[in-house]
Amino acid sequence: MKKFLMNAGVQKIFAALLAILFGLAFGVVILFISSFFISKASYPLDALYTIVTGGLRFSGLKGLGIIMRFMSPILLTGLSVGFAFKTGLFNIGASGQFVIGGFVAAYICIKWTFIPLEYLWIVGILGAVIAGGIVGLISGLLKAYRNVNEVISAIMLNYISMITVSNLVSIIADKNNPSRTSPPLSRIPTLGLDKIFGNNTTDISIFIAILVAILIYIILERTTFGYELKACGYNRNAARYAGINDRLGITLSMTIAGALAGLGGAMVYISSITKVFDSLLTLAPEGFDGISVALLGMSNPLGIIFSAAFIAALKNAGPALSRSGFNEEVVKIMTAVIIYASAFSLIFREKLVQFFTKKGAKK
Amino acid sequence: MEYVIELRNITKVFPGIIANDDITLKVKKGEIHALLGENGAGKSTLMSVLFGLYKPEKGSIYIKGKEAHITNPNDANRYGIGMVHQHFKLVHNFTVLENVILGVETVKNGTLVMAEARRKVLDLSKRYNLFIEPDHLISDISVGMQQRVEILKMLYKNNDILIFDEPTAVLTPQEIDELMKIMKELISEGKTIIFITHKLNEIKAVADRVSILRKGKLIDTVDVASSTKESLSEMMVGRKVLLEVNKTPAEPKEVIMEVSHLSMKSKHHGKDSVNDVSFKVRRGEILCIAGIEGNGQTDLVYGITGLQKLSGGKILYKGVDLATKSIRYRSLNKISHIPEDRHKHGLVLDYNLAENLILQTYFTDKFQKFGFLNFKNIYDHADKMIQRFDIRSGSGSHSVTRSMSGGNQQKAILARELDINPDLLIAVQPTRGLDVGAIEYIHKTLIEQRDAGKAVLLVSLELSEVMSVSDRILVIYEGELVGEVDPTKITQQELGLYMSGSKREKVE
Repeated sequence: MKKFLMNAGVQKIFAALLAILFGLAFGVVILFISSFFISKASYPLDALYTIVTGGLRFSGLKGLGIIMRFMSPILLTGLSVGFAFKTGLFNIGASGQFVIGGFVAAYICIKWTFIPLEYLWIVGILGAVIAGGIVGLISGLLKAYRNVNEVISAIMLNYISMITVSNLVSIIADKNNPSRTSPPLSRIPTLGLDKIFGNNTTDISIFIAILVAILIYIILERTTFGYELKACGYNRNAARYAGINDRLGITLSMTIAGALAGLGGAMVYISSITKVFDSLLTLAPEGFDGISVALLGMSNPLGIIFSAAFIAALKNAGPALSRSGFNEEVVKIMTAVIIYASAFSLIFREKLVQFFTKKGAKK
Repeated sequence: MEYVIELRNITKVFPGIIANDDITLKVKKGEIHALLGENGAGKSTLMSVLFGLYKPEKGSIYIKGKEAHITNPNDANRYGIGMVHQHFKLVHNFTVLENVILGVETVKNGTLVMAEARRKVLDLSKRYNLFIEPDHLISDISVGMQQRVEILKMLYKNNDILIFDEPTAVLTPQEIDELMKIMKELISEGKTIIFITHKLNEIKAVADRVSILRKGKLIDTVDVASSTKESLSEMMVGRKVLLEVNKTPAEPKEVIMEVSHLSMKSKHHGKDSVNDVSFKVRRGEILCIAGIEGNGQTDLVYGITGLQKLSGGKILYKGVDLATKSIRYRSLNKISHIPEDRHKHGLVLDYNLAENLILQTYFTDKFQKFGFLNFKNIYDHADKMIQRFDIRSGSGSHSVTRSMSGGNQQKAILARELDINPDLLIAVQPTRGLDVGAIEYIHKTLIEQRDAGKAVLLVSLELSEVMSVSDRILVIYEGELVGEVDPTKITQQELGLYMSGSKREKVE
């Protein structure tokens, strides 16, 4: 039992669960305080119940279907950030890579009608991967060859990407239909999932995302390529000393991170979510959700699958919460607290170890 | 007898390790009290507790018979405790005088008054024979001088309990002698010194009493006069240690590497850090490059091992010029490199032991197939290495190397580098910061390699190591080779003259 508890992986899961508990508890406190000011509010604990189950508020499988649909983009941006973390980089540019990827996918699916419509989504996804990868590549090259901090270049690229897209969006829009989306046939196929889950936005994107997560896990943990990338990330000097091309490693890491976020963009913009490109010039929130997802999932690709599901469910609970009289923003506060708490996961882990070793010593 | 410092039952715990376990240390007034122990024995932790940098879990401190509550260095200063850290705390573009008064400036009407400070500094310098020039910039004076400035800082603040943390690590033999004289001078003026070290010679030379720490516990406090080096080292390590290196005369064979007119550009300034260096390394010999830290040996090794580009010259290894070859080429052609900084270059600290042991061989067929790592072979290989080189760690091949002790980290690197069966082994400061037991082991291994007909290029700052292990010594000073000497025909003092640049001759 003690050995099980001292296992690093188990400790990480415990720490993440503790962070979630802490965040939920904090949310209850906020709900409790705000219930004094809102006349028609329900009891805080009822509201907590709404939050925890809110994502599944629809009868049957519909709620699950919606969560599955909404988690795939943030699962991919989460993978993007988590992959970069594992290789020693901080990809804060997922937002820009995401929006560029989404735009290229949408452009291909609307304009490249010379390709049969039912295969168009595959080309769109490939385009998104390449486009997102190129945005990541820029940060990677700057870091590897010019020692420009990737955080700085990626933040700049976020804005460059956003403004580029909002300027180019007129290419795919037409006068009569400014919020034009890709034709239904060219979208990511649903393979009947929409019928099963009773919700027309549920498609196979979640399976693509989970497959990619498993693929990334295998690359990182099982291949020589992952071994090289992680060596560059953990200790660039030692990697170079061992004869690994550290510059290539850093460049490739950032490119892959960008490609993952770009793929996330395709998951949104060529699907039945029919999100349109924002002309209000705001950075795509999915990119920053990715940071939360990666932190909560401790950068482990498999952990990220679960943390993405959790965050998606929590976000989904917002509307339900507002119906029970509370402010929807409470969910955001809870998410933020959970992220802070999981950023302190090291402290949590240390306390856990202390707790268990003390207990063990008493025995 | 009243003690000037009493540390009573100090216990300091870090996560996973007890750094100080119920240590009681009593220091008499006016003595040089040495603190001896291996790396990680808890010497620095104990002194940090005394200096207010760490708060102990248990125990109390008594200064001059009264209980003292020291929670930060300022408190320590109030009790008259001063410390010369291993890495000096000096502002490089300030003058000596400015550094000395830093933090205790005399101010009159809002402006600095230097005249009085200058007088006091000069008085102190004269009284203790420190020979300090108050107006020189720190960046212009030697390391030995910088250390005197640190000592002067303590004297200026009227500290009478002085802690020296491994003060001789950066000094030449001449400077060490000078320091010893200064320490005795300080004692005669009524100061008390605590002297942290792991060098037995120095303890025999100056200390009155010595406390030995091992694995966080106080083993004993003994009079230096009545103990031998052998008994001290046995107490420090916990077993008998061979202090002398046993080896037969070298039998040099053919030249394996010829360095000619090698130059390296410095990263810090425009000048060359290595200037027109030429030498040959033969199979079956240990060639040592000796010199004081910062005289170009690091860059020279970077050039030979490919970590940095040459700015000129050639390195002929088995007839091939290495100047444009990659690091991978070198390791595939049996050049091994034990790097100077094992944390910066030698190990990926977040990888476990098994992963670190394949750092240069992970791509070979033994450890991968179609790009997928073969974990069974990797861990089998690690288990073999652990057995062969006696690498000790918490959880065997799965231990994260960050959690391993310095000596075992170094053994892991040694294991990895010897595993490729090198023809040329480049070992840079292989024993830095290691305890006597580990040093003995590494020296033995280097000599075994030599006897097996390999070439060994040893770069070391440690004079005793240079003298006892090498077969031939090249002295480097300010990026140039200034002497080639035979260790059997030269004294440490004479070698020191070469190292400090006071003596030089042309090297072929």
